[in-house]
Amino acid sequence: MVQYTQARFDASFAALSDATRRGVLEQLGRADASITELAEKFHMTLTGMKKHVGILEEAGLVATEKVGRVRTCKLGLRRLEEEAAWIESYRQLWDARFDELDKVVEDLKRKEKIDGRKRRA
Amino acid sequence: MDARGEREPTPMSNRTTVERKSERELVVTRTFDGPAHIVFEAWTRPALLKRWWAPKSTGMSLLSCEADVRVGGRYRFEFGREASKPMAFFGRYIEVIPHSRLVWTNDESDEGSVTTVTFEEKGGKTLLVMHELYPSKEALDGVIAGMEGGMCETFEQLDELLVTLGASAGRS
Repeated sequence: MVQYTQARFDASFAALSDATRRGVLEQLGRADASITELAEKFHMTLTGMKKHVGILEEAGLVATEKVGRVRTCKLGLRRLEEEAAWIESYRQLWDARFDELDKVVEDLKRKEKIDGRKRRA
Repeated sequence: MDARGEREPTPMSNRTTVERKSERELVVTRTFDGPAHIVFEAWTRPALLKRWWAPKSTGMSLLSCEADVRVGGRYRFEFGREASKPMAFFGRYIEVIPHSRLVWTNDESDEGSVTTVTFEEKGGKTLLVMHELYPSKEALDGVIAGMEGGMCETFEQLDELLVTLGASAGRS
């Protein structure tokens, strides 16, 4: 989990290290936009904007969808994915704890049985 | 009680589940093959807690474990991946009903959760339900975004950074 978070985190920081990409996120926070619209807004070539969007997409910060010839960009589902991943890692943590707790329970049961026998004897 | 003593190994049905029940609640469940008083004992005696709270498979090691399981009593677990950077988990017990119910606060921050653990015995087995209630949706979201204190802080900084950037982007 920590490694997963760390990798995501590095990708996020790399994505956010650029002023244009931060601007793109801010823009998409207001409304979805096509790559062409974003390129115009940021006075950039289509190729240049595609590259930026690709980096944001890799970090899970942006999601894109191609409809016909237009690729529309919107804010990514990173938060939702993160929640599902966190819940699974939290489950694994407790599952690991409870596997150990099972052993403690077995030990205590055994001890009780022996003590019970002694008392009866 | 069965007189022969030896039982089948732990069945597969003893699965741990975790669910976000609401914006502020997490619920963890698991069934144990033993009576409630035994499972309760394993949650309330520090020497026993120590044996399961920081399983090796998770890479954690428990550096210290204190638990004064009485109403108003305090607990403090220190653990870490590196001994030089321990993380502490601490708070107070606010309800202790032997063999059936434990409630504790988490005092690491103002946004800490209140955890209720119930032990319900049925046919020699115990259903354990751990319910964690956070003061707000934001508090639980924060925990989920961070997992650990250090990361949480970093994400907060990232959020702040985004807000600042958003504001400056709006101006340009």
